[in-house]
Amino acid sequence: MGKTKKIELDKFREAVVGKYPTKVGRKRAKAIINNDPDNIPQIQANIRTVPGIITQRGCTYAGCKGVVLGPTRDIVNITHGPIGCAFYSWLTRRNQTRTESDMEENFIPYAFSTDMQDSNIVFGGEEKLKQAIREAVELFNPKAVAVFSTCPVGLIGDDVHRVAKQMMEEYDNKINIFGFSCEGYRGVSQSAGHHIANNQLYKHLIGRDDSVNGKFKYRVNLLGEYNIGGDAFVLEEMFEKCGIELVATFSGNSTVNSFENAHTADLSMVMCHRSINYVAEMLETSFGIPWIKVNFIGAGATAKALRKAAAYFDDAELKARVEEVIVEEMAKVEVVRNAVIPKTTGKTAMLFVGGSRAHHYQELFNELGVKTLAAGYEFGHRDDYEGRRVIPTIQIDADTRNIEEITVSKDQTRYKERISKERIEALEKEVGFEYNEYAGLMADMEKGALVIDDLSHYEMDKLIEMYKPDIFCAGIKEKYVAQKMGVPLKQLHNYDSGGPYAGFQGAINFYNDIAMMMSTSIWKEMKAPWEREEVIEAVYAS
Amino acid sequence: MRKIAIYGKGGIGKSTTTQNTVAGLVEMGKKVMIVGCDPKADSTRLLLHGLAQKTVLDTLRDEGEDIELDDVLKPGFGNTRCVESGGPEPGVGCAGRGIITSINLLEQLGAYDEDKKLDYVFYDVLGDVVCGGFAMPIRDGKAQEVYIVCSGEMMAMYAANNICKSIAKFGKAGDVRLGGLICNSRKVDNEANMIQEFARKLGTQMIHFVPRDNMVQHAEINRKTVIDHAPEHVQADEYRQLAQKIDENKMMVLPTPLSIDDLEKLLIDFGVLN
Repeated sequence: MGKTKKIELDKFREAVVGKYPTKVGRKRAKAIINNDPDNIPQIQANIRTVPGIITQRGCTYAGCKGVVLGPTRDIVNITHGPIGCAFYSWLTRRNQTRTESDMEENFIPYAFSTDMQDSNIVFGGEEKLKQAIREAVELFNPKAVAVFSTCPVGLIGDDVHRVAKQMMEEYDNKINIFGFSCEGYRGVSQSAGHHIANNQLYKHLIGRDDSVNGKFKYRVNLLGEYNIGGDAFVLEEMFEKCGIELVATFSGNSTVNSFENAHTADLSMVMCHRSINYVAEMLETSFGIPWIKVNFIGAGATAKALRKAAAYFDDAELKARVEEVIVEEMAKVEVVRNAVIPKTTGKTAMLFVGGSRAHHYQELFNELGVKTLAAGYEFGHRDDYEGRRVIPTIQIDADTRNIEEITVSKDQTRYKERISKERIEALEKEVGFEYNEYAGLMADMEKGALVIDDLSHYEMDKLIEMYKPDIFCAGIKEKYVAQKMGVPLKQLHNYDSGGPYAGFQGAINFYNDIAMMMSTSIWKEMKAPWEREEVIEAVYAS
Repeated sequence: MRKIAIYGKGGIGKSTTTQNTVAGLVEMGKKVMIVGCDPKADSTRLLLHGLAQKTVLDTLRDEGEDIELDDVLKPGFGNTRCVESGGPEPGVGCAGRGIITSINLLEQLGAYDEDKKLDYVFYDVLGDVVCGGFAMPIRDGKAQEVYIVCSGEMMAMYAANNICKSIAKFGKAGDVRLGGLICNSRKVDNEANMIQEFARKLGTQMIHFVPRDNMVQHAEINRKTVIDHAPEHVQADEYRQLAQKIDENKMMVLPTPLSIDDLEKLLIDFGVLN
């Protein structure tokens, strides 16, 4: 498919922009870029979607409650609002979790909501919220309760933070209760919700417990890993094998106590830069924990990330063990890769998902010899595309100002410097450390490849029509449209029913799943037999 | 049935004017329902001789969905039918949504049905049009005529002009029209002439000039309309005239709101400089 045809990716922008009204077209043109990794171009990102365009994006509430806090299992996450928001963010399948014993709490299977009715809107919903918290406490006696604001809550002015404080006092401050002002309309996408979630994690959870637990000396945090399809389980096992203590994961398979403990780690490894970089920075400013960008999607990327950690701790024994693990795992990976690569080499992919996944998954596709023709984020900012070096030049607009910006300072008693400037420089040379750095998606994509921010539905149709990729990666909203056009679609928000795809074992799963999707001939059968038959038209003679 | 909404700046005398006018219409033998759309629930006080009314929203909250029309509708002076929409205490919830809810409920309960044989429904709406909820009475054909209570004070005229913007907007899609300005005098210089000119520029009329009279205060303290309290007083006749004029009014327009510059010029020409 499409292999012999010359792929002219530079024609795309012109082809779609002209179809929009002039002003919209002008705006969209800035978000459709042909990449140049040597001279990274500027892309428009984190800007309001034009009304009327069918966007992939989600809302601020979704980013806060769904993405960042969704995977937590021992916080009662209450959605304050009409029931729809809670019901549709009820993530029992997307985020997995595994308690260590049956005695531990797991609230992920539940959907908690205040189920606001008309009269709660008219007279205010604070009393009902208090009642909901009381009910949850009576039934579950949780360590923590979080309250998430939906749009109407912001409109009528219910003060979730004050209610949280009052309720904490009601329980003698024995239960940690806190609120999020994450009303859906607050930002241009779910990205605003991530930021709001990060702030509250820092204010209400991180740093509350100084005890140092665990069996390994070398202690890391994993940030921006949400245990989709069991990714976190694979990574936990891998860290264990290497002899590295995983103190806290934000927030896949996490617990309240692991968050409270996060400041006792010595290194933060950031996967999804967009959703969690704020926590990474605050951990460094307050406690002196350096953060590096890593990627555990792709076998090669996983090996690289592990080597970075080993180099950072600079322990010969650790390094040797990590190398051992890499050799052992890579052997298994290579067997599968060699088996499937004849089926995948030379095929093409398009990825439009998330704020990091459209980047990370290219590693896996590269390992399969699949070329990424086009990629982009739903809710990325310019730094996720162009690299953190552009942050000072990003224009702060009114939508960004709408989100609380918290400034943190050095924790006088607990701050500990862990790494010197010289050491950082040495590590950059040794393993490409990426200290406080994310080079962005564009640096890793080919010259000429399409980079599109906030892809519209129309643009997706055109991409498929013009370039017929062998696989399209996005979410449920795109899935069936792409498939009806005869192109298989892999969901990278929840992996359909597949996964885990992280780490070495995940790479093996991904190779197999993608090879299977690309080899099936079902997509050539999209037209019903009668649609393929020639039709003879005639009219009756009068 | 004629459906009338009364708007105007806060404190201008909407509730007083509405109830006194309604008393005038009742005297003429008309059957009137009055719907107070203010969370303070004081739009029917003079007709009911006190705040004797349980609001629609309070009833809804206490009784649930199972409400009879009689639970929220009280007969007042001259058998007027009095309803208060009610709403939250200041600073919580959404009063606008409350008005939408209670008007919907009244419709559901058949308060406007033909068997009620109403000649008039009056909506007495809080202050300026502040949000969607307060615009409810002029949306979707709930009210067809709007009268704006104003005076010669700058802010009252400013508010009146803003209300005209809403009417112009909703009137394009629906059938709401402006019936006129009611000047509730504040004894501003040259007031009647200025409001007349203001009305002309808006494309409407000053339907009546209600002079300032202390008798209104006396009646209010006694929880009565002037017509009820002092039927022989000259001020009672003013309200009777206003009721008469509204009853005979045929001038329904889509107003043409003024620019701020024009509005200020009007004030300077008629008011400040004279």
